Amino acid sequence: MKTLLDKIWDSHVVKVIEEGPQQLYIDRLYCHEVTSPQAFEGLRARGIAPFRPEKIICMPDHNTPTHDQDKPIEDPVSRTQVETLEANTRMYGLTHYPMNDPRNGIIHVVGPERGLSLPGMTIVCGDSHTSTHGAVGAIAFGIGTSEVEMVLASQCILQQKPKAMRITVDGELGKGVTAKDLALYLMMKISTSGATGYFVEYAGSAVRSLSMEGRLTLCNLSIEMGARGGLVAPDEVTFEYLKGKPDAPKGADWDKAVARWRNLYSDEDAVFDKELRFDAADVSPMITYGTNPGMGMPVDSRIPADADAGALDYMGFEAGQQLLGHKVDYVFLGACTNGRIEDFRAFASVAAGRRKADEVVAWLVPGSWSVMRQIQAEGLDKVLEASGFEIRQPGCSACLAMNEDKVPAGKYCVSTSNRNFEGRQGPGARTILASPLTAAAAAVSGCIVDPRTLM
Amino acid sequence: MKQKFNIIESTCVPLPYENIDTDRIIPARFLKATTRDEKFFGENLFHDWRYKADGTLDMSLEFNDPRYGGEILVAGKNFGNGSSREHAAWAIAGYGFKVVISSFFADIHKNNELNNFVLPVVVSEDFLSELFSCIKADPSTRVRVDVPAQTVTNLSSGRSEHFELNAYKKYCLENALDDIDYLLEQKELIEGYERLCADNC
Repeated sequence: MKTLLDKIWDSHVVKVIEEGPQQLYIDRLYCHEVTSPQAFEGLRARGIAPFRPEKIICMPDHNTPTHDQDKPIEDPVSRTQVETLEANTRMYGLTHYPMNDPRNGIIHVVGPERGLSLPGMTIVCGDSHTSTHGAVGAIAFGIGTSEVEMVLASQCILQQKPKAMRITVDGELGKGVTAKDLALYLMMKISTSGATGYFVEYAGSAVRSLSMEGRLTLCNLSIEMGARGGLVAPDEVTFEYLKGKPDAPKGADWDKAVARWRNLYSDEDAVFDKELRFDAADVSPMITYGTNPGMGMPVDSRIPADADAGALDYMGFEAGQQLLGHKVDYVFLGACTNGRIEDFRAFASVAAGRRKADEVVAWLVPGSWSVMRQIQAEGLDKVLEASGFEIRQPGCSACLAMNEDKVPAGKYCVSTSNRNFEGRQGPGARTILASPLTAAAAAVSGCIVDPRTLM
Repeated sequence: MKQKFNIIESTCVPLPYENIDTDRIIPARFLKATTRDEKFFGENLFHDWRYKADGTLDMSLEFNDPRYGGEILVAGKNFGNGSSREHAAWAIAGYGFKVVISSFFADIHKNNELNNFVLPVVVSEDFLSELFSCIKADPSTRVRVDVPAQTVTNLSSGRSEHFELNAYKKYCLENALDDIDYLLEQKELIEGYERLCADNC
């Protein structure tokens, strides 16, 4: 009677420290340029090298510009950070996908799409959205830089085992309602701290029906509910997605792996510390009106009367206001939340045959070069270009504005990213989180629109 | 940085706001440093909150009120949610705080504080709201955090509470040891684990 969390976690415990945390073995460490330099610096200060270099994959993504990646980064500070990662990977012989390499992209998009993140694994990265990889049926969570150093030094981390929560969503998501809307709906219901201390397993027919891309979006946003991570038990959708990926097992190894992965599910009589149930039919296309992802509402609804006054002041909104028809200045499609091929298909399905509104600045940023190649293979680039959109080069981009893709103060951006915190997309920027469908509807209309009216 | 914890008694700096995320604690554009320069991060703690767009201090924020100071930061519930950036903990440590008191911390940030010898102390909502009132009424209000006894006391009201701290972490804090020191001693155990699960990992 074990939960899926128990099965994976317990099989990775090296040691239980009495009245303390557990020593957990880590199968995969991902490093990007922002949260790793001080960890490598720490290693050197201790006079040691990475313990298991073959289990470490590195790539820059936060600072990378979304144009002219074949040229050096203009901002000298960003360039130094990216070069520091490269120097560290050289020094220790670590796998590195540099900027503009065909394998490069946002770490949380690249890991699953290359089959580097596999069911049953423990996966960490100095990045809270590491929860994304849980969609393949893994325990994946974000850590701090000191913890990155722990894993570099010992391939282990000291952690309290999180409590187990199951969120079951049954039924069918309606027309125009995506995994992103489901996640924003869950946050609206349970708040940004509703799952703090827990690891969430997503279950139910609505979750089972999601594609791998949808599950990745859902698990990505687990951290925004406060959860350490989220995961979905692997099934045929998972195996179909992973089969043939460059770094997934091959041949007899694949068959053996799948046989093992089929045991990764919560036993029927497993007991969760907390269980929540929702009906997919209750979920509408969602937008946020405030300054944390839990401040969301159905796109055609009104801002709640008791909404946080400080947040509304920052956003320039009022309680009771309806946002349909509200002017939009920027649209951002991308990030580890919605930068995958399915997100570009969704955006293009609304944009096709329509024109980008002249006054809207649109940034369409694929999550990886692999996504970019797929966009081109499917001709989506042509569809989008015909509608007045330009596709940029991969990276984290305007999700957190560490490169030059910043939303100016006071401007409204409908964004498919994960956080609408004050200043997240640039000082004073006003972020409205939404799905790729809703973002596309805003981009062609110049204002907030219910995407169902354009489908 | 590594320091031994025993008893800390100090005045406090109040931040009576809930859901303070790590983007607020240290905005992303300050994350480009490649060294653990706590002074730099400390100077930019809560940067876009403390400073107005014209670069002057926003004196309406309690944090900027010169009457408040000390080694203890007191914040509203769900402190440190959002991004995993340890730079937030470096900024808090770099500014000179040794303790953060709140009624609720986000998981990753809480670990980051502990790994940087900043002690997150979880108190009840009642304790927190009384403490905010005491500090507001009298900025010289002192709080005593007794790590060996695991108690936190509002010396103005006399209210005292027990706080959670696991025995392992308490030992680390009292002896200025970090988790990496511990893990480096476990090499044989780790190699043994790897041999055992060679087929499954």
